[in-house]
Formats: sequence, C-alpha cells, structure tokens
Amino acid sequence: MAGQTESKKTVKIYIMGREYEVPAGITIMKAVEYAGYQYIRGAGCRGGFCGACATIYRLKGDYRLYTALACQTTVQDGMYLVQIPFAPAEKVRYNIEELKPTGSTVLALYPEIARCVACNACTKACPQELQVMDAIQMIKRGDIAKAAELCFDCISCGLCSIRCPAEIVHYHVFQLVRRLYGKYIAPKAKHLEIRVKEVEEGKFDMELDNLVKMSPTELKELYDSRDIESPEG
Amino acid sequence: MSQKIGYPDYMREYIKIVEETRERRLKERYRRLSSDERLELLKTWHPDYKEGTKRPIKIGPSAGLMVPHEVANLIEAYPLIDPNDIDLSRIDYDVDVLIIGSGGAGTSAAIWANIEGIPAENILITTKLRFGDANTKMAQGGIQAADRPNDSPARHFLDIMGGGLYANDPELVRELVRDAPFIIKWLEDLGVIFDKEPDGTMIEVSGGGASRNRMHSCKDYTGLEIMRVLMDEALNRGINVLEFSPAIELLTDDSGNRVTGAILWNMETKEYYIARAKAVILATGGYGRLHIQNFPTTNHYGATMDGVVLAYRVGAKLRDLDATQYHPTGAAYPDQILGLLITEKVRSMGAQLVNIDGEQFVYPLETRDAVSAAIIRECYGRNKGVVTPTGVRGVWLDTPMVDIIRGEGATKRYLSSVYRMYSRFGIDVTKEPILVFPTLHYMNGGVCINKYGQVLGVNGIIEGFFAAGEVTGGVHGKNRLMGNSLLEILVYGRRAGISAAKYVKSGVSPGKLTLNHIPKYVEELEKIGVQKDRRAPMLLPEYRGEKVLSKAIPIFPI
Repeated sequence: MAGQTESKKTVKIYIMGREYEVPAGITIMKAVEYAGYQYIRGAGCRGGFCGACATIYRLKGDYRLYTALACQTTVQDGMYLVQIPFAPAEKVRYNIEELKPTGSTVLALYPEIARCVACNACTKACPQELQVMDAIQMIKRGDIAKAAELCFDCISCGLCSIRCPAEIVHYHVFQLVRRLYGKYIAPKAKHLEIRVKEVEEGKFDMELDNLVKMSPTELKELYDSRDIESPEG
Repeated sequence: MSQKIGYPDYMREYIKIVEETRERRLKERYRRLSSDERLELLKTWHPDYKEGTKRPIKIGPSAGLMVPHEVANLIEAYPLIDPNDIDLSRIDYDVDVLIIGSGGAGTSAAIWANIEGIPAENILITTKLRFGDANTKMAQGGIQAADRPNDSPARHFLDIMGGGLYANDPELVRELVRDAPFIIKWLEDLGVIFDKEPDGTMIEVSGGGASRNRMHSCKDYTGLEIMRVLMDEALNRGINVLEFSPAIELLTDDSGNRVTGAILWNMETKEYYIARAKAVILATGGYGRLHIQNFPTTNHYGATMDGVVLAYRVGAKLRDLDATQYHPTGAAYPDQILGLLITEKVRSMGAQLVNIDGEQFVYPLETRDAVSAAIIRECYGRNKGVVTPTGVRGVWLDTPMVDIIRGEGATKRYLSSVYRMYSRFGIDVTKEPILVFPTLHYMNGGVCINKYGQVLGVNGIIEGFFAAGEVTGGVHGKNRLMGNSLLEILVYGRRAGISAAKYVKSGVSPGKLTLNHIPKYVEELEKIGVQKDRRAPMLLPEYRGEKVLSKAIPIFPI
C-alpha cells in the first residue's frame, strides 16, 4: 500500500538530552511513550484541548526555542525536547457576583498586567496561535469584550506565562476576563429566562408525566411520527 | 513550527471527485432512515452487534449482564491492594463530602454541595490527573436544552428515548430535560460565553436524532468553556482538590450497605491515603482508553472505567454496558490525530458524509449509532472508503460545505478547534474535505442511580453513595444523543451534590471504615478461576513501546 515504506522511517529525538530513535511521523507524545516513558504528568486529553502537554524544543543548528503541544505536533529529526509538567501560578480568589466588568477590576486582581512591555513573547509562544499580547493590551484599555474574544481559544497550557518577562499569568487573567464578559457584558438570552420560568411553574409536567408512563411501543409511535425541524432553521 | 504534511497526491485525486459532486449535493437531501431501517443497519454493521465481542459478567449484583470483554476483564479482576496492608485507623482526610473525579460532574457536584450548605473545607475533590482533566473539556459540539418557543422538554424527552432505543430510565430522562433550561441559565449566570445573536438569542443548531435545533454551543470549545468556568468557581469557593490521587478502593461500614470513604493513591509518591467521608460522590467518567474492539478513542488519558470497577465491588448494579458509543466522525487521516473527535457540529452546520465516488450514503444527522454503522458499511461492506497511506479506511466529511452554506468565515468562527487541528497538519478544512471513521467515544451504560443521584444496589439505595455523569447508566439507554452528556453531568452532578449535602445535614455520623467487601469479592473471583495477575482499576492505559516493555525489569521495591 502507498506510504507503507515511509512509515518505517525513524528519526532521532533527544528527550531531556537523551537520544532515542523513534518512528517518523508520530506525535511527540506517542514518541515519548514509544521510547518507554509512561506519563503521569504531561498527558491529559491527548487531543489539543487541555494544555497538559506543553513542550519546549530546539532543533539542531537552530538557536530558536520553539513551543508546542506534544499531542498535536509531529516529531522531527534532531528535536531536543522537554515537556513542562506544571506551571507554577497563583489564581486569585474572587466572588464573580461582586465584580464590575472593567479593566480596573482585572488590574486590581492581577496588577502585574500593568508590567506588560509589549514584547510579544507570549504571542510567539502560544501553541494555539492566539494574539496573547493584544488580549492583555485590550484589558489595559478596558475593552473586556475584545479581550475575551481574543483569548477564547486559550487552553491554559501556560507556555505564554513562563516566557513572560513581566511574569503575568495570562491564563488566570483570561479566565477572569471571559467570566466578566459572559456574565456582565454578553446580552442575556430572554427566551431562556422565559423557559426556565415556565418549567418552574410546572407548564410541562403533565405532558412529561404522561410520557414517562408510556410503553416503548407507544413512545415509538410518537417518535416515528414527530416532525423534524430543518437544520437550517 | 511543525511539519505541514497535507494530503498525498493520490488522496488529492479522490478529493477532486468530492469537489466535482459538491454543487449537486448542495441541493440534495439524503433520505432519513425509518426506525426499522435503523435497527436493521445496526444489527448488520454496528460493532455492538459483532459476534464474539462480549460475554456475561459472572459474579456480583449484575451477574449475567452482557458487556464487552474489555469491560468484563476489569470487573472480574482482583483489587490492587491487599486489605492486610492497609491501616484504616490512620485517617488522612476527614470530610463531609468526598468527590471522586474532577470533570464536569464532580466539579458541579462540589459547587452544589457547597451552595446547599456544606462548607468548602468539608468538601474534597480527589482526581487521578490534574483538576479538570476529563472528557468534559473535550466536548466540542454543544449542550442540549429545549428553550426555544417551538421546542419543549417533552420533545427533548422523546428524542432521547428514541435515540436510546427506548432502553433509557424514563424517570432519569424526565429530570434531565426538565432541568436543562435551568442549567443553561445557571451557566450563563456564572459567565459561560455562549454563541449568541446580538440580541442575546442563543444560536442553536441541530444534532443527530434531535427534532429541534437545541444545541447551545461555545464555538467548538463548549466543554472546555464550561469546564474552566466550573473549575474557576470551585476554586473561588475554596473547595480543595487533590490531584494525581485516584481512588483505588471504596470503604464500607459493617452493614456493607453504606459507603464511608475511599482509599486514595498518590501516583507520584506511591503512598495511600485514607479518606473518610459522610457521603461519597462517584464521578469518574467512562472507558475510552479500554480501546474496545481495538478502536482508537476520542477520550482523555484517564478514561479507564475505574469508577464502575470500584462501585461494583461495593454492590452497585450496572446497566446498558452492552452498548458502546462509537462517534461517527473520528479523524482517519493524518495518522497523528487518528481517532480524535471531529465534532458532530460540523454536520449540524451542513457538511455531508461522502464516499470514494463523491456520493452521500446516509443522512448526516441520523443518530450516532446509525451514522457509525453506515460508515462502517460503506468502508467494509461496499468497499467505498478511501484508504490512507497507513492502511486506515475512511469516508469524506465534506467540510468546505460549511462556509458555502453558512457563509464565509463560519468555520473559523464556530469550528475553530477543527480548523486549527487540521491546519497544524497542513490541511485547510474550508478548502479540502477530511477523512473520518468511527472512533470509541462514550460509555452509554454504567452504574445504576435514581433521580436523586443515589447509587442503587440489589436491595435499593446504597447509603452515603452517590454518582453522576458518564460513570452512570440509564439516561441515554443504548445510544446517547449529541449534547446530552454535557447536560447530564451538570444536571446529575448538581443533583448528586445537593443529595449528598442533604444526607450529611440530616445528621449522619461518620461511618466505620472497613474493607469487608473485598474478601467477599475476592472469594467470588477465585470461585470462577480468574487469573491472579488480572487486577483493577486500571488507572492508566499502557502505551509504552513493546521493545521497551519486553526488557523492562522492576528493580526498585514497589
């Protein structure tokens, strides 16, 4: 079959400095396991959603320090890599009910964001390719909505925070920003509020109680004859 | 910096066929299956119906229940500990409510136990990996709730029952659909950012087997957005979380019908902790990492069914574990992301499933069991799949249709994680279709509970023992619909949290700590001749290279 020979190729990688020969074309995470490591830290969702597998690496003959998610990145020959098992960072405690959705709220809880020197190291480090620095700048300008939008796809891997010369813990800051936006700025869904009230008033209880009592045959009849809304609305 | 591989030339040739038929297919709606046709398709092509893949459990409260061999092997397995090695008198954690598992179910249970009056310092969440490492974060497509004027909880109920082949527990389904709008409102109030119109109206799309468009979403990071808000809220409330410390056994009192705590195990220092609790909530999730029938999985690293194993040893009944959910659209190419989830929302937004000839073969929003069976039939029954360079078969998911139907930019805006994952490998999903094949996704069945989240044994409820989320069975019957798992973890996480709090507040004293259930279980295992080296819970899957394992020797004691 096409490509079969290709999959037998190997590459040399250096896990924390030690050389291992691993199959070409697999992810860093699978390569580390192939080499014989069993993850306890450093593996979470294994699908690019949780940020547990933040990785830094260099390539032979290249001075740059690269960042990646081990579960979403293919191994390359000559990769010197280490995963970051944990990013030390303090999350500030607050009561979301007592906050105002402003830039000064965020500044009061995370004053270090004022130290941002706009070096953009965070943005370069982001494996999600988010405009991390812009999000911080938006907070400083008081634009919570724009900041929340820019940081929405953050997976809290912490790579920005360990590169930041201002020692900002971006992902904690962003969590606060998103909640402020979601709770106070985003318009409320009125139809939802109405439906919650209707449920509380028991509007649907009789219909539901009848359905609960029905036999599978009776339910099937109703199910088969129900009308189906077009996915396009 | 990553290597952008894209498609090999021969696959590009096949893509041309998909492109050629696209304009015609945009106007084409594939016929839906009737209920009988669905059943027939399942019986012939769904992996659940494949012979020789299951066996009845031989021991315990649900003896006789048919389950996959991979499940039976863990249920019919010896404990990791010998009770003689454990000193139950040295209590490390003494709390009102112990929650095992920190996904959406466990975390919402903690928050609601706190709201219901249990002080944060008397609540402990213990979890195998990091706080929030769970399938919740990986849920992409959405969460269902009947909150539009043309919809109703009754319709939602009917969709769920039909989707589950009427095997669901109707009482559990009733509470699920009734609580659903409240849960969405709760999330909105906590600050979850839903996709909305400028006036606040929720943007709701359809899902497989849903008769109304009731899928609420946060782009295609719905589970992540919900989970991180729940985590933030739990931490703000001061709820303690013990990471890298899975429960490896439950503790019971002398009666054997009350759960009084758990043995936790620090995976890094290898020491055990004794946790005593007036109420225990089990929220450990499902079993993707068992790789049933060798399928790849969408699940997180820790999805090894530990909770079902522990609960069964203390007498919990199990149900519907004969039914496994294979998500129709797991990535089939490139190999690096094999089996990872491509959210159903891609189909909700208009993408069709297409074979090697560029033809549709199933209505894209049938229930998941049916779509999976149809894809397997297309690849293995009709030989109309495309084969990847590593020999994986798959069909096309015609992703460029999303922008054509919903407008340019829709993919990047509402499916940003799908777009991002493929661009990492040099594929632009707005321009090229992607290859998919079913992947192990969800444990439809699990531990029996009632509508209060109390765990059920053969003689009714097991005292002090609650469960919520994927570890439980009953809500989804034999097949879960999209968007109902995020809903379930929050509805039943909340119910379990409130029930546990009420139980504690009713004035119960801490129970005696025993492992009396273990010798009894071990005796049964010996009677049926289970091999001694088969032990559970599994905790982590084994992915180390064969070459290494064949030469590994344990030199350090323990």
